[in-house]
Amino acid sequence: MIIPKLALRNLLGAGLRTWLNVVVLSLSFVLIIWLQGLYIGMGDQIKEAQIDVEYGGGQYWHESYDPYDPLTLEDAHGAVPDPIQNKIDKDEATPVLIAQATIYPEGRLQVILLKGIDPAQTVVNFPSQFLVQENGEIPALIGTRMAKSTGLKIGNMIVVRWRDAQGTFDARDVYIAQIMKTIVPAVDQGQIWIPLETMRELMGMQNEASLVVMAKDIEELPVVSGWNFKSLEFLLADVEYLIKTKTTGGSIMYMFLLLLAMLAIFNTQVLSIFRRKKEMGTMMAMGFTRGKIIQLFTLEGAFHSVLAGIVAAIYGIPFLVWFAKKGWAMPEGYDDFGIALGEKLFPIYTAGLVFGTVMLILIVTTIVSFLPTRKIAKLKPTDALRGRLS
Amino acid sequence: MENSFLIKTKDLVKTYPVGHTTLFALNRVNLDFKPGEFAGLVGPSGSGKTTFLNIVGSLDSPSEGSVVVMGKKIEDLSHKQAAWLRNKNIGFIFQTFNLLPVYTVYENVEFPLLLLNLSPKERKEKVMKALEWVKLADRAKSKPAQLSGGESQRVAVARAIVKKPSIILADEPTANLDAENSFNILDTMEELNHELNTTFIFATHDEKVIKYLRRKITLVDGKVTKDEVYEQKNSKGDN
Repeated sequence: MIIPKLALRNLLGAGLRTWLNVVVLSLSFVLIIWLQGLYIGMGDQIKEAQIDVEYGGGQYWHESYDPYDPLTLEDAHGAVPDPIQNKIDKDEATPVLIAQATIYPEGRLQVILLKGIDPAQTVVNFPSQFLVQENGEIPALIGTRMAKSTGLKIGNMIVVRWRDAQGTFDARDVYIAQIMKTIVPAVDQGQIWIPLETMRELMGMQNEASLVVMAKDIEELPVVSGWNFKSLEFLLADVEYLIKTKTTGGSIMYMFLLLLAMLAIFNTQVLSIFRRKKEMGTMMAMGFTRGKIIQLFTLEGAFHSVLAGIVAAIYGIPFLVWFAKKGWAMPEGYDDFGIALGEKLFPIYTAGLVFGTVMLILIVTTIVSFLPTRKIAKLKPTDALRGRLS
Repeated sequence: MENSFLIKTKDLVKTYPVGHTTLFALNRVNLDFKPGEFAGLVGPSGSGKTTFLNIVGSLDSPSEGSVVVMGKKIEDLSHKQAAWLRNKNIGFIFQTFNLLPVYTVYENVEFPLLLLNLSPKERKEKVMKALEWVKLADRAKSKPAQLSGGESQRVAVARAIVKKPSIILADEPTANLDAENSFNILDTMEELNHELNTTFIFATHDEKVIKYLRRKITLVDGKVTKDEVYEQKNSKGDN
């Protein structure tokens, strides 16, 4: 315990030089935790929103369905198999029928996805209740992004044109029953939602669907031919990848800050070893071995991160907690980012993040502190006492 | 008789390469020191005084010959064994005091005790006793920068004696002190020598120190040219 005690004593005795290093290092602590927390929070927010509104507990896709290839949509539908229909009947799943269609807002052709969903479904948190047909006209639901890009408003009538099961072009007027505000662009941009049964009837696709969304807490997943179950892991893979990319990008910034802090500590250590040779010689004369002096100087450097952790906790905890409560308001136009971001991002600081950051900085600081001290191993006591490095 | 010697050197040689030639810092030095001696190596700069102290203090090793300190052959000691010998048995006093600047007077004096596995209470007792010996108990909380040269050297003396070593090696201890402080320090060291029976070996060319010596060894070009022993302090006699 003597060496750590001496290391701390030396470190505190060094005054301003120590505190400058500590402040820079503490900034690394806070910034890393804040940035990473923001990415974790963003990831969770996006995933939760997509599960809540779009994915539920996973989806069964018709075997021809490929959301990235609109040309396959014409064939990507089929009768819902009985085992899945049973789940639908028990409100444990809801079918969605998807077809390509065109609309002509303000006289200009726009290709859209026409989607049919059961107005009475409760499987996902989607405002399908606005699709209840009341006066013989076909109600349609669009999102705010779609409304913005097409100029459509509630009550507007719009012609929707599609090709039915036989490949025949057909068209109908639909009225905009509601404009929903959702943070999930995947159910908004370029889409018009209409009642499922109406769509089935118009398309000549009775009892058919392109995909079936399962309830979140569903346990039993039937295996059916012609339909593939897509787990949340699969459905959220893109989001996970996006978060990973963002996290890596963000890491560059904090790595830069960490590098600056490490450079300051490395420089301090190198300077210490050159300036404090006489001190080392005196310690050797008093019976300290080179190994103990290396330990002492390495610990001195490493303790920068301990002090930085304490300083970071003093100003960082209130800041991070305040930020976690207040959130980060997204800039105007964030809707166009194409990902399910809310109006505010709320960072999440996990125990793993905090512990991992502390360990990362502690290990890196210790290594950086140790590297220059290796010179001490070659130091002769007599040279050290004369203030000379062998 | 052999065992009664605290330090014994036999044909001690220390050489340094200087360009293509070899410099003899010590050349066949044969000296013995008994417990309680108050001895000094005198001679001009470069005569080998400091080299001798460094080797006896196990900070350096001989090129040839043998040095036995407290029954241990210096040339055979590992780095760790040498450090242990210094820690247990040898105290050093330096010309430039070599106090650790960020520590207080108390912490500086406590420093050599830290490796001796003493309890904090024991350490405190020893440190305060040492500071009382050098009359600096009231400056325990001061930092070296707040001390005069004389006070700093007294702290260095307290640090050297705090573990009650058998040998204290003092390299030009008065070189940075005025006359009054030099005499104060020397009086203190002489008292400690009497009280603790600690062997003091000085390297000096300061007349003030030489007057206090009871044994004066003259070194010239690494060789012992004179080894004079006085019955008592040489202060009133000639040198």
